[in-house]
Amino acid sequence: MTVHFINEIENLTLLLLEVTSKVEHAVQQAIQATFSHDVPLAQKIIDADDEIDATEILIEEECLKILALYQPVAGDLRKVITILKVNNEIERVGDLAVNIAERVFDMVSYGENMVEKLDFEEMTGKACGMLKKSLDSLTYRDTAIAAEVISLDDEVDKLHHDAYLFVREKMLQHPNQSGYYLDCLTISRCLERIADIATNISEDVIYMEQGIIVRHLHEGGTK
Amino acid sequence: MPLKLEAKNLNFFYGNEQVLFNNNLPVEEKKITAVIGPSGCGKSTFLRVCNRIFELYRNQRAEGELLLDGVNVLLPEVDVLELRRNVGMIFQKPTPFPMSVFDNVAYPLKLHFKLSRRETFDRVEQALRGASLWDEVKDKLKTSGLALSGGQQQRLCIARAIAAEPEVLLMDEPTSALDPLATSKIEELMVELKKRFTIMVVTHNMQQAARISDATAFFYKGVIVEHGTTTKIFTNPANRKTEEYITGRFG
Repeated sequence: MTVHFINEIENLTLLLLEVTSKVEHAVQQAIQATFSHDVPLAQKIIDADDEIDATEILIEEECLKILALYQPVAGDLRKVITILKVNNEIERVGDLAVNIAERVFDMVSYGENMVEKLDFEEMTGKACGMLKKSLDSLTYRDTAIAAEVISLDDEVDKLHHDAYLFVREKMLQHPNQSGYYLDCLTISRCLERIADIATNISEDVIYMEQGIIVRHLHEGGTK
Repeated sequence: MPLKLEAKNLNFFYGNEQVLFNNNLPVEEKKITAVIGPSGCGKSTFLRVCNRIFELYRNQRAEGELLLDGVNVLLPEVDVLELRRNVGMIFQKPTPFPMSVFDNVAYPLKLHFKLSRRETFDRVEQALRGASLWDEVKDKLKTSGLALSGGQQQRLCIARAIAAEPEVLLMDEPTSALDPLATSKIEELMVELKKRFTIMVVTHNMQQAARISDATAFFYKGVIVEHGTTTKIFTNPANRKTEEYITGRFG
């Protein structure tokens, strides 16, 4: 029975890692699409989300099956619960990639030259870096990487705040281009959410490995 | 929460073979403590020390202290009959006496108390109600206890144990011979009974231990490897051996 359980968990982990790599790729492509105003690429990301959603359901059903059939406890229980939670987080990252891609359709209407662009490069690098590291911490069950991700969240929050100030200033300067800047703010917000999700995943990994719930512990209860 | 029972440096020997080694275990009052561990690890032996039932066999001895309300019950001056009234025991296989349902429950009353017929009847009814059996047997009190189903027989044994008004109930795999429905009834009953009694239960069923107990002690090769709240043991045990056992990696 234990052998079956271990096999089931291994298969489930592989499935989760497969979908996380797809989601990671989708976020990077979505940002790329906003840089290059690439509508076909944006559409491709939106279309691909159905597959991510279907995998989320599949993983959840497998987790429920494992809980019902094996009634795991201790480390095994924490592992299944973590997969269940991370699965949900990953699907939300997929949705955020779609949200970013959807902005491209509006952004292209402003053309290439008429606006002062918001540079997302640093924020994208940090948010995607956090996401990648959080997934690495899950793959390698490495709580040190997870703790590092949690400590990085503030930097992305600050960049999002900077983006907000930039957008506010530009909307006052160029009211006729406020739609474009609102798109930028939405993208910034999505990247900030991705960083939050990376933090959540890292917290889940720490729970899985150490059995300690670290949510709301850092920074005096706020993220 | 005050301690009802406490083992201190408890050792146990079958002849020259030691099977319990320096066990220390606090057992809280009116809680269910599950005793888990692989076969032959000393769980049942530990239970058998608590009411000195081991003394019925030759060449078995306990050393150390087993405190019941602070009194070491292993001392020779302790009245064993009174101890066993106070610390009741339920076994894996239901053990009704070959007599009527009524007489099964009345037996300890006759042994320990001097009661009128009316008082005896009331106490039997009370015990059968306490064991959630009254409604099923009230019309067949004169039927043999052996004619009841397995689950009913086990509840009859629980009624017989609680009729003597003990403070502690020891249960040695009380549901391992029962089907899931009868098991569920016994589990519900145990949770009800802990309002009045301190319960120690040996079980091989990890889910059962997780479901019904407040505290869990893990025995391995005669040693209590870990004990603590059931929530802690079943979500994040401190000892690797405990984790391996409860997740089915061995045992």
